[in-house]
Amino acid sequence: MNAPTLPPKPRLKTSAMIASIAAAGQKTKPAPFGHALVALARERPEIVGLTADLAKYTDLHIFAQAFPDRFYQMGMAEQVLMSAAAGMAREGSIPFATTYAVFASRRAYDFICMAIAEENLPVRIVCALPGLTTGYGPSHQATDDLAIMRAMPNLTVLDPCDAHEIEQATAAMVDHPGPVYMRLLRGQVPLVLDEYGYTFEMGKAALLRDGADALVVSSGLMTMRALEAAKALEADRVDVAVLHVPTIKPLDEAAILREAGRTGRKVYVAENHSVVGGLGEAVAGLLMRSGVHPAFAQIALPDRFLDAGALPTLHDRYGISTDAVVRRIRDGL
Amino acid sequence: MTAPQPGHNLDLPARAHAIRRTALQMGAVQGQGYIAQALDVADILAVAYFHAMTLRPEDPHWEGRDRFYLSIGHYAIALYAALIEAGIVPREEIETYGGDDSRLPMSGMATYTPGMEITGGSLGHGLPIAIGACLGLKRKNSSAFVYNLLSDGELDEGSTWEAALAGAHHKLDNLIAIVDVNNQQADGPSGDVLRTEPLVDKWRAFGWFTQRVDGNDIDALVTAFDAARRHDRPEPRIIICDTLMGRGVPFLEAREKNHFIRVDEHEWDQALLQLDAALPR
Repeated sequence: MNAPTLPPKPRLKTSAMIASIAAAGQKTKPAPFGHALVALARERPEIVGLTADLAKYTDLHIFAQAFPDRFYQMGMAEQVLMSAAAGMAREGSIPFATTYAVFASRRAYDFICMAIAEENLPVRIVCALPGLTTGYGPSHQATDDLAIMRAMPNLTVLDPCDAHEIEQATAAMVDHPGPVYMRLLRGQVPLVLDEYGYTFEMGKAALLRDGADALVVSSGLMTMRALEAAKALEADRVDVAVLHVPTIKPLDEAAILREAGRTGRKVYVAENHSVVGGLGEAVAGLLMRSGVHPAFAQIALPDRFLDAGALPTLHDRYGISTDAVVRRIRDGL
Repeated sequence: MTAPQPGHNLDLPARAHAIRRTALQMGAVQGQGYIAQALDVADILAVAYFHAMTLRPEDPHWEGRDRFYLSIGHYAIALYAALIEAGIVPREEIETYGGDDSRLPMSGMATYTPGMEITGGSLGHGLPIAIGACLGLKRKNSSAFVYNLLSDGELDEGSTWEAALAGAHHKLDNLIAIVDVNNQQADGPSGDVLRTEPLVDKWRAFGWFTQRVDGNDIDALVTAFDAARRHDRPEPRIIICDTLMGRGVPFLEAREKNHFIRVDEHEWDQALLQLDAALPR
C-alpha cells in the first residue's frame, strides 16, 4: 500500500537553544567574554574558571583551552560549582563560575547566598541565556534571574548590552571587592556600544543619547533595542533619550533621578526580564521613594512561563523586539 | 597542634572532658543549646584539635593551618568549646554565648568568631566549599588539610553527594571529611527519616578512602585520623564516626533521643557533676 502523499509543510523558524540574538547583518564579535578572560588571565595568575558542564556554551572553553590547569570542570552540579568557587576564593583565587542563568538563579541560590554572598567573597558568576535569549522554553529562559539575584545582599548584578561592554565588564569584575553576577550574551555577540564612545564603569549608568519626548531606561540587550527604536522614531520626529543601566544593583540612583526628573518626558524601563522584580521595579521603587513621579511604563516580559519558538517571533510576541518598542513609545505619546 | 609529642594522646581524654565541660557551661548561660550533640562530638573535636590538626592558636588565620569547616552550624557550641580549650577564643566569652553582639552566636558564622572558618547552618554546604578550598590550596602548593565535620542528617542533602563525586574526581587527597553519625535528626532517627546506609559501601563506591569507627573511642579516632592523613593514594578521605548523644552525662545519655534535647534549669549543675564524676583519674 502506498503511503498517502502529504502536502508540503511550511518551513518553521527554528527554536534552537543556541540561536544568536544578533539580527541579520548586524556587526558581531565572537565569544567576547572568553577572549577577554584569557587576556586578563595572562596578567593575573589568580584567575581560575569553573563550570557545570557548560564551558562550550558560556564561552569559557576558550579560557579552558588557553589555561587547562586553571580550568575546573565540576560536572552538571551547580551547588558544588558555586560552593567550590567560594572555597577557591577563600584560598586566594579569583574564580569565574559559569552556567546558564536559570541554573545559577534557581538551582544554586542557597549556595550563592550562604557560601558566597554572606561572606562577601570575590566570586564572579557569569551566566548565559539571560531573560528570553533562547526559544527552548521555560526550562532555559531565565526571565526571573534579576529578581532573584537583586534580592541577595552584597551581590553586584550586571546586565551588559553587547560584546564591547562584556569585555569591559569582565575586566572591571576582576578586582571588584565582592561577588558579582553577570548576565552573558555568548557566541556571536552584537557590537553596538563601540559607536557611542562608551566605557563601562561598575555602578554607573550612561546617557547614550538625549531626547526631549521620552526617556528609555534600559539594560542588557534592551539597550540595543532602545537605541534602534530611537533611531526609527527619529523619522516620526519623536526624540527619545536612552539611559543605559548595566549595573542593576547597586543602582546608579543619581543618574536615574537626574534623567527621570526632567519634566515632560514619559519614562519607559526596558528590560529582557519579567515585569516582576527586575530593573523596572527597581527604578519604580527609587522614583516613588524619591518623590519623582513621571509618567511611567515597563517594557518587559509578562509574568508568565513563556512559549517555545523562534526568538524573533517570541521577542515580537512578548513586546521586546525593536518594532514592539517603537510601537509602545509611539502609542504612548 | 604542631608536632605532637610522644604521650600527647594521654591528654586527649582530659581535652575531651574539658570540651564537654565548657559546652555545658555555655548551655547553662542560655538554658539551652544543642548540648547532646556537643557531648557526642567532643571526642572527635579533641582528637582533631589536639592530635591531628596543625594550628597556631595565637594566629587563627595563619596561612599554614589546617582548615576546619563546621557545616553543622548548630554544633557551634561544641566547636566554641574546642576553640576555647585551644586558646583561640578567650574563656571569658563563655558568658556571652548566644547573647546580643556576642562573638559566639547559637549557629556558627565565619564573620563572628575567630577559628570558625565557614558559615554553617544551611546543611550540605561544608563539603562543597571544602572541595573548592582543597583545589585552591593545591594551586598554592600548600600542604594543609581541609577537615569538614558533617552530620549523618547532612547526608540527605544532594549537594553533599555532588561534593562526594567532585572530591574523588579531582583527587583531593587534602580533604578529610568526618561524619558524626548520632542517628538523630530533626524529625527522628536518621534511619527512619531517610535511609543513607550502608555508608561505608557508598563512600567507597564514590572513591573515598573510608573508615568507620566508634566516635567516642579516642584511641580508635587517633588511629583513624592518622590513617586518613597518611593514606598515600590520591583520594579524599572520610571517617564515619558512630557516636552517642549526651555522651559523658549518664542522665542525658539515657534521656529519650531527640534532635533538641531539653535540659531543665536545675539539671545543668547536675550534668556538670555527673560529667566530673566520670572523669578518668
